[in-house]
Amino acid sequence: MTTAATVQSGLAAQGYVASDDLAMAVHLALVLGRPLLLEGAAGVGKTEVARALAAWKGCALIRLQCYEGLDAAQAIYEWNYQRQLLAIRALAEGGETGSAVEARLFSEAYLLERPLLAAIRQPVAPVLLIDEIDRADEAFEAYLLEVLSDFQITIPEMGTIRAVTRPMVILTANGTRDLSDALRRRCLYAHVDYPDAATELAILQARRPDMGAALGQQIVGFVQSLRKEALEKKPGVAEMLDFAAALAGLGVADLTADPGVLQAALATLLKTQGDRAAVTTEVAQRLAGRAA
Amino acid sequence: MRGAVTRFAARDPGPVARVAGFMAHLRDNGFRLGIAEAEVAMAALAVTPADEASVRRALKVVACGCAEDWARFDAVFDSYWRNGGRVRRKVVPAAPPPHARPARGAEGDSGTGRGQAEAPDSGRAGESEAGGPGRLVATAVRNLRRTDLRELVAAEDIRAAEVVAIRLGQALRDRRSRRAKAARRGARIDLRRTIRASLATGGEPMRLARRRRPDRPVRIAALVDVSGSMTVYARPFLAFLAGLMRADGRADAYLFHTRLVRVTEALRDEDPLRALDRITLLADGFGGGSRIGAALAQFAATHARRFVNGRSVVMILSDGYDTAPSDALAQAMARLARRGCRILWLNPLKGWRDYAPVAAGMAAALPYLDLFAPAATLDDLAALEKELARL
Repeated sequence: MTTAATVQSGLAAQGYVASDDLAMAVHLALVLGRPLLLEGAAGVGKTEVARALAAWKGCALIRLQCYEGLDAAQAIYEWNYQRQLLAIRALAEGGETGSAVEARLFSEAYLLERPLLAAIRQPVAPVLLIDEIDRADEAFEAYLLEVLSDFQITIPEMGTIRAVTRPMVILTANGTRDLSDALRRRCLYAHVDYPDAATELAILQARRPDMGAALGQQIVGFVQSLRKEALEKKPGVAEMLDFAAALAGLGVADLTADPGVLQAALATLLKTQGDRAAVTTEVAQRLAGRAA
Repeated sequence: MRGAVTRFAARDPGPVARVAGFMAHLRDNGFRLGIAEAEVAMAALAVTPADEASVRRALKVVACGCAEDWARFDAVFDSYWRNGGRVRRKVVPAAPPPHARPARGAEGDSGTGRGQAEAPDSGRAGESEAGGPGRLVATAVRNLRRTDLRELVAAEDIRAAEVVAIRLGQALRDRRSRRAKAARRGARIDLRRTIRASLATGGEPMRLARRRRPDRPVRIAALVDVSGSMTVYARPFLAFLAGLMRADGRADAYLFHTRLVRVTEALRDEDPLRALDRITLLADGFGGGSRIGAALAQFAATHARRFVNGRSVVMILSDGYDTAPSDALAQAMARLARRGCRILWLNPLKGWRDYAPVAAGMAAALPYLDLFAPAATLDDLAALEKELARL
């Protein structure tokens, strides 16, 4: 029997520091067997939850990256046409009946599993990550609802395939478009925010235990205040970790020591021309000075 | 009305009734919850420690469905379980503010209603005269006179507008879908069907089945500002709206001033002049004040949920002069943009020399627009064809 606390410590063992809200959401999703919809800005660690969860449970992570125009052939299954053609040629001399040939061609051996089909046929329940669901179009949402409600997939040539195990489903979205109410209602929901300073420091320490405490505090303070600036694209947690890695690589022990180095390391945090121009050396120094 | 009754959790008979009561409370506060959620909530509580923080988190995970719910949940939770307050009135759809209520009804029951009309014409009581010096100033007061739209629009205008609307519709409409579909002729070969069919011919793929990307029609929703400051442009715009409705069976039409009215059905009337007659009745308050933010917020919260999706184009014809603060408009635009539609704003003033979108409303809306173009006459609208095709 898991509780929110065991989820939290389990994820922490995998280097993922989950907030109390998120831990409760994952716990309920596991116990109630419901899909979990995670929403939040890019770079707050939504995808990372699934990774950490799979690592903690010691099961496979099956990922379906959504994009506009994603359809059933890429998400559920497809036949292996090349093999089918070859088999037809090889069978031509054999004198088998049509129906025998058909049964053979549309069998397991010629089926290409795509993520959704693969996820329901694992012997050990995997974590199924449906990433950026809001990028797929509404028609695909309808497919997905069907799979998520019954956990079975119908292939006309083979019949209905029922789930061997129920995967733990995590969906992520970052608000590109509104999701349908039907999908939202099927899922538990958690909104993931940028971590607060204490949590972010814990993340940094979990990922880079070698980092000095003073520099860690500076980095977190700097990134936190940078997020309060009016930026086009706020730096996420992954960017913060890159920034820390960059500073470690450059041998920096104090953020305020060398403005030039800090400005160079900002390449890991600021990813648009406008943001680079907005955070001048003076601004960066002011923020670093406040964080120190 | 049930929403006005205060329920005290402590008097409820058992945990199931309490959770059901809380779900009802959430529903009153605009959360979209059904019976199923109450069951899930009970199941969730069964596996949750019985301290307040855990229960709060568990119910939050079950009851919320979007970021707005998430942000509001704690306050709603406190107001119920801590007997902190009365049940709040349902927030969706937003009720019009008191001074935007129909003036004739308001005169009797709210003496303060009209006195609150804020800025820029607060010195002058009453309606703004269309065509007078205050024409470009947005007003919060509804026009008490009813304008007869038939005086504004002639039948030949509608016919000319129909031609323009058909051409614009075509420029906007046909978007190639990203998803291929089986078809008789097409660019790609459909291997699944080809192989299947080849079984009949001993494995020789004699008939090549094909796939193509079908055209997906774009749905147009046109919102026309008919407030006082727009009166001079009403003629071409209304004609355009009528033409659009007659040319495109899927398009939607709305008029707004201090409130928003859907006029799609009325404009589809076979007789174009009778159609205008019908919207005259609907759009009572024509030529009065403007409340773009509230009207668009209402649109985004109600009609847009049903009619606007990623394949829609929302066309707003307005001068951007709004009496309400501009954050309302910015929020409404953000909400609308999240439906995934493309948004065009056609502003009659933009054609003027030295025009800059400084009206607070216009400036707030700019970041969300896919196209911001001038349009004051039918010819201007016709000239948009190329730009629309490029979108």
